[in-house]
Amino acid sequence: MRSPSPHLELRAVTRRFALVAALQDVSLEVARGQIVCLAGHSGCGKSTLLRVIAGLDRPDAGAALINGHVVSGKGIHVEPEHRRVGFMFQDYALFPHLSVTDNVLFGLRSLERKEAHKRSDEIVGRLRIHHLVNRFPHMLSGGEQQRVALARALAPRPDLLLMDEPFSNLDRDLRDAVRLETLGLLRELGTTVIMVTHDPEEALSAGDRVVLMRRGHVEQSGTGAELYDRPNSAYAAEFFSAFNKLPGRCRNGFVDTPLGRFPAAGVSEGQDGLVYVRPRDLQLRPQGQGAQATVLDHELRGEVEQVRVTVAAHLPPLVVRSSARLIVSAGQEIGLSADPQRVLVFPASA
Amino acid sequence: MTEVATLSENWRFRRPVGTRWRLGAAVVGAFACLPIAALVTIASQGSEGLWPHMFTHVLPSALHQTLILLVGVGLVVAVIGTTTAWLVSAYDFPGRSILDWALLLPLAVPTYIVAYAYLDILHPVGAVQGLIRDVLGYQSPREFRLPDIRSIWACILLLGLVLYPYVYLTTRAMFLTQAANVVEVSRTLGTDQRAVFFRVALPLARPAIAIGLSLALMETLNDIGASEFLGVKTLTVSIYTTWVTRNDLPAAAQIALAMLVIVVLLILLERYSRRNQRYAAGAQRPRALVPTPLRGLPGFAACLFCLVPVLLGFVAPAAYLLVEAFGRYQFAGISPRIWSEIVNTVSISALATAFILGCGCFLACSQRSQPGRVTSVAARASTLGYAVPGTVLALGLLVPIGLFDRSVARVSADLFGSSVGLVLLGSGTALILAYTARFMGIATGGMEAGMARIPASLDQAARMLGQTQAGVFRTVHLPLTRPALVSAGLLVFVDCMKELPATLLLRPLNFETLATHLYGEAARGTYEEASVAALLIVAIGILPVIVLSKVGRTRSREASLAATPSSELDSQPSR
Repeated sequence: MRSPSPHLELRAVTRRFALVAALQDVSLEVARGQIVCLAGHSGCGKSTLLRVIAGLDRPDAGAALINGHVVSGKGIHVEPEHRRVGFMFQDYALFPHLSVTDNVLFGLRSLERKEAHKRSDEIVGRLRIHHLVNRFPHMLSGGEQQRVALARALAPRPDLLLMDEPFSNLDRDLRDAVRLETLGLLRELGTTVIMVTHDPEEALSAGDRVVLMRRGHVEQSGTGAELYDRPNSAYAAEFFSAFNKLPGRCRNGFVDTPLGRFPAAGVSEGQDGLVYVRPRDLQLRPQGQGAQATVLDHELRGEVEQVRVTVAAHLPPLVVRSSARLIVSAGQEIGLSADPQRVLVFPASA
Repeated sequence: MTEVATLSENWRFRRPVGTRWRLGAAVVGAFACLPIAALVTIASQGSEGLWPHMFTHVLPSALHQTLILLVGVGLVVAVIGTTTAWLVSAYDFPGRSILDWALLLPLAVPTYIVAYAYLDILHPVGAVQGLIRDVLGYQSPREFRLPDIRSIWACILLLGLVLYPYVYLTTRAMFLTQAANVVEVSRTLGTDQRAVFFRVALPLARPAIAIGLSLALMETLNDIGASEFLGVKTLTVSIYTTWVTRNDLPAAAQIALAMLVIVVLLILLERYSRRNQRYAAGAQRPRALVPTPLRGLPGFAACLFCLVPVLLGFVAPAAYLLVEAFGRYQFAGISPRIWSEIVNTVSISALATAFILGCGCFLACSQRSQPGRVTSVAARASTLGYAVPGTVLALGLLVPIGLFDRSVARVSADLFGSSVGLVLLGSGTALILAYTARFMGIATGGMEAGMARIPASLDQAARMLGQTQAGVFRTVHLPLTRPALVSAGLLVFVDCMKELPATLLLRPLNFETLATHLYGEAARGTYEEASVAALLIVAIGILPVIVLSKVGRTRSREASLAATPSSELDSQPSR
């Protein structure tokens, strides 16, 4: 028996705008019920990819398949209204001339009136926004608008939901709670979700899988833990966390730095490499142990403490973060070491 | 690919609909260009011997008169329009709140009506000269009379009095939305209020003045009634007489081409002044100037200065028409002839308005759904007619329409043995097409402006929720642009109703509108029922003035409302 086709499949999708390739040979498979985060800096093509999947934009080459059927490809373009795909916009795109109920009913035209109202009541109840049904979009707070937009997108029961920065317009405090609740509901419904975000934390925490994009292509794809722990490029590493960077040349398979020697995987012999160390992976030690360093300054940042130290005059200061109390003062001579297991090495040119 | 064959019924496949929108837009755009293309063709067919005659005898004097008229009207409207706009924006004086909108009223009086009214008001045996003679103790016009009103100077003054609101409107809007910050800054830098006008406000308003000016001058070129009644042989009048009296179409077309050169210059002026506007607008949140109070004599002087154009441009002719029409009504009631002209005017204008709005909506919509060269060129082409004088436009349309009518007549005669007559010209369809070519730009522009405020994500959301492109227009664009549509419709309707030059040339036989009735009486010099027709035109003409005055007043408030969401979007972290 043939294995069931993935819910969504992209085959070498390319989209060019004038001279810029917004998407370059993007291939992707998303299984039914999966929640995928498309991450990347602005201009990396993530929103264009979403629009191609939705049918709002047409690829110049390649194909998009939903449930194994070509929806975009050579000579074929299924109009967005026929794809049964839900879309949630960053600005929510609520119709200002329609009440909340009418917004939710907008996508239920094909149903009978009674059935449509039943469906809309159901989703409105599920999202706990019954008290809003007679209001108009301008009378709603940001969080309420977000829920209405979600209700409207879910009302036609799409089995694929695309979300473009769905939480970025919310306050930080509200954002985490709304995200947890929204994704919980989507998991319960078994909806396949592709969600665009530029927030690294959101990308890591929200999805089953993270697809990191850069300049129109997929830089790396995998679980959050994979991308965070084993980024395969400096770009991927730096997208998800801040790093101290130490330059050094590769000799005999090792890169020499003021912090010691690290195995130089991925850097060829004689080439310059950069050793990436997260602030948390640097340890302060008593003077005489590890590398020699001088404390530059020291600040308490609530949960963590941050110390900046200089290891060599020609290098920028290194940042050390720790949740333990660090008892140091500016100008103090101190020892510094890094765990070789948690250090990443990339070629310097990239 | 094999998947194509295995598609389930759930998927409805369609050919891309984009071509249909583009094709439709191209057709409408081509129609808008038709009159000018036809004109060039006719002009090039003119007999060789005729052009030298035209060049030496007709053209120089007509061109000369037209240029004097344009320069004169330009000066009058620029001075009145700019000064009144500044007074009303920067100062508070008695009557300011009323004059603020009353200064727009002369827009309701078409040029041919103001000339018609003043011809009678200032007639040697008319009311004004009679009064002057009584005061001075003269007995008859032979002893004392004012210089004849039928002159180019009177024409300049009268056109200026009804056309200055174009400059007033654009300049006032500029002062409302842009002036506050720079004026306040210049005050803190030591410029006194009077010097602010010349050093800051006037340079700032220059683009707005130029835009208003170009609109006023296009109207001047378009005018046929006023110049003819006042005996000024402008290019428009020459075209009309060359065609109607001498029946020389190629020669008329040649004069029309000369006129188009002036039109192109005016368009260039308008485009040139607008070039920086998009950067200027929205750079700052609009805030109105806080007007300086003027008391005593200066306040009275400011009030008088703003009052005079309103009195001369609107109150006097309107009051005259009211008195005359009332007298006529008491004398003879309203004749069936006027009733049938009202029906004619309203029905042809309503039909044309519906058609024009349809074209405008279609163009705006196709441009939004299929952005690209075809749709944007078509939309720009649709605004072409607004700059082309009605006479020129009618001339350009007459030939292709006549060609079409004759071929249809011939084909029907061949097929059915009976002629259907002139289908387009005879039915008034030609008139609707002419109105469409001339006023489509108002509808397109209005709809474009209305749609520009709708975020693109609303269209996409509607598509994702199962609407087709046409469905998006029906369920989202139409409800959200209704105010824009209504005001565009009103402007178009009133413009059609007032239209004189093209109507004169393209109407079916014995088809009279209120405007052509007035023209006929004034041209014959009989003053009978024309005052009733004129009064009706002015009364309906007030409607768009009300709309315009509201636009001017609410613009600053609306602009600040509109600025809020977009500035919120702008301030989002963009990473």
